[in-house]
Amino acid sequence: MSGGVDSSVAAALLAEQGHDVIGLSMQLYDQTEGQTSFGSCCSIDDLHDARRVAAAINIPHYILNFERQFDEQVVSNFVREYTSGRTPLPCAHCNSDLKFATLVERAQGFGADAVATGHYARVERDAVTGRYRLQRGVDPAKDQSYFLFSLTQHQLARAVFPVGDRPKDAVREYARLRQLPVANKPDSQEICFIPDDDYAGFVTTHAADAPRDGVIVDEHGRVLGSHAGIHRFTVGQRKGLGLTSSPTGTPMYVLALRPADQQVVVGPKSSLERTTLTASGVNWIAEEPRAAIHVAAQIRHRHQAAPAAVRALGDAQAEVVFDTPQIAVTPGQAVVFYDGDVVVGGGWID
Amino acid sequence: MNRSHMRVYFDYNATTPLAPEVAEAVARATQDLFGNASSIHYFGQQAKAALDEARSAVAALIHADPSEVVFTGGGTESDNFAIRGAAEAAEVSGRRHLVASAIEHEAVLNTLKALARRGWRTALVPVDQSGVASPDELRTAMADDTSIVSVMHANNEIGTIQPIAELSAIAHERGALMHTDAVQSAGKIPVDVRALGVDLLSLSAHKFNGPKGAGALWIKRGTRLQPILTGGKHERNRRAGTENVPAIVGMGVAARLAIAKMSGEAARVRALRDRLEEGILRAVPGTAVNGARTARVPNTTNISFDRVEAESLLIALDLEGVAVSTGSACSSGTLEPSHVLRAMGLPAHRTQNSLRFSLGMFSTEEEVDHVIEVLPRLVEKLRGLTRKTVTA
Repeated sequence: MSGGVDSSVAAALLAEQGHDVIGLSMQLYDQTEGQTSFGSCCSIDDLHDARRVAAAINIPHYILNFERQFDEQVVSNFVREYTSGRTPLPCAHCNSDLKFATLVERAQGFGADAVATGHYARVERDAVTGRYRLQRGVDPAKDQSYFLFSLTQHQLARAVFPVGDRPKDAVREYARLRQLPVANKPDSQEICFIPDDDYAGFVTTHAADAPRDGVIVDEHGRVLGSHAGIHRFTVGQRKGLGLTSSPTGTPMYVLALRPADQQVVVGPKSSLERTTLTASGVNWIAEEPRAAIHVAAQIRHRHQAAPAAVRALGDAQAEVVFDTPQIAVTPGQAVVFYDGDVVVGGGWID
Repeated sequence: MNRSHMRVYFDYNATTPLAPEVAEAVARATQDLFGNASSIHYFGQQAKAALDEARSAVAALIHADPSEVVFTGGGTESDNFAIRGAAEAAEVSGRRHLVASAIEHEAVLNTLKALARRGWRTALVPVDQSGVASPDELRTAMADDTSIVSVMHANNEIGTIQPIAELSAIAHERGALMHTDAVQSAGKIPVDVRALGVDLLSLSAHKFNGPKGAGALWIKRGTRLQPILTGGKHERNRRAGTENVPAIVGMGVAARLAIAKMSGEAARVRALRDRLEEGILRAVPGTAVNGARTARVPNTTNISFDRVEAESLLIALDLEGVAVSTGSACSSGTLEPSHVLRAMGLPAHRTQNSLRFSLGMFSTEEEVDHVIEVLPRLVEKLRGLTRKTVTA
């Protein structure tokens, strides 16, 4: 229970259905030292909100301290990815490495059979194959299946998503009907541990080695300017390049980040187009295909999944070939393969 | 679904339920004694008389003179008053050094930290493996300009009793005041301010079956102390603010009850605590008691469970209806390793796998046996999960 409306409604629905529900909230980073400006997921105010909701629906509630695990499994990965020129997806790591790993294990210790969250996704067991199937939430604007692609069959077997089969409006309406104290609370947007949205500042203060300055070059290697560290950039970025003018007069985009020589490569939008990518750490939720299969591949949370052929390369790797070029294939983000609403699998973009 | 089981409360060091006599007295005072104890008229006099009786009762609990007892809002305020008040009063004579034991309650430790930010120097007296501060260590920690030494009478997490009389003598040798936080000892064991040799002593009503929001600071006559709450001339000019008469009345009744029942209750609770402790050590492999087992308040035991996270075991126990704690209630939610167990030099894993069981007035043998019965199963289950993770 994050203290947000989705997990609050998830808990309320399960309690109403007669399940024996235990409310758990994860404390993920130190909130004791006078921080007052939090406004997003799992700040100390949110933990209070979670407790108020638990009291309102009459279930026990506990705050589990996962500061160490969160730092080791999510934050350090986030920092490492940015400093190596990639754009991380911490929520997906948090789901597979913390919520549906450590948290599930703790919950089992308390006698729980499953862990429910407020994710907009659906999971069901295929009666024929016995495999668990992950599907998009019914509300396309809120669907979060993209962040859940790395859940294993073992993890899906213990996952419950009570709000996944409802639109967000209905979730809020239910919260109001049940008079949950968070019914009108705004959705959280940012990455929870960086509430001020200053990723670059966060990476700078948390990186093992101080980020180094470097140059901005065009596709031909010509130096166009300088920058204060590649962690400040992401592929496809247009604003904040600090270039006084582009040589051609056309808008310039980040095309690639080169950690070895700390270079940021920029160029016109057309140069952002890619038709192929490879992915590592691939997780197949459906059976791993023996030959290339046709899917809709999604390369960002807000990307319209595009038709593509995907082929398993073995060693948890895969190659994706899009039917039409895609803009800004970003290393570190996930590529998730869909068959309609069903998540076939996914991996991390190389 | 309803969890139908017996509820066992073994967290008396966090707070205690009201004694029935106290609840009744508080309710009556809330109704009848609404007058401001500072008012000249009948209503004020009624309230004032009730305060006087409570003051006498609290003084009797610690063998003190009623005129030396100042009512406060609780133990934390009393500790703040003692330390800040003494530090500020002694500042004019150039004393800028404060000493406390490393296992004090946060009310003391964080007050020292706050004063350190304002320029005071501070020193913490270490404790040995049994959780006792040694007189020699205090001698080392003292400075020529130490204004106050604060060492708790009994520790809240492990229950060990500190050699206050000896420590007081050392503090006085160097011209410092001696304060003891007796919040966890008063009502459980005899407390005698003269025998302890202290100048200041903190009490909290809700730790001995009184209400929350009432405490007291005993200030030995002649002790120079700067008030920390300024305002009207309440409490002989030492603590401004209209007295919380109903809660203070409750504190007085609780003090009288504690005096009357102490010897019998201490023996009864000690027998229960020992039964629980021995039962757990016998029924759950990989358990050990933290801290001295001899010089301890009779109601407390602190036990570490190998290969179990205390946080998980606490929750699992609560879901079975058994309420215990990992240490100070004030620091829960953050689950930092206990500063008390750390100060005792326990290895890191033991500072995070220890639970405190604290018993009291309404504890029964049936409850003790229930806990001994459910614990092994819960520990086994949690250990099984831990093993799986390690080998995964």
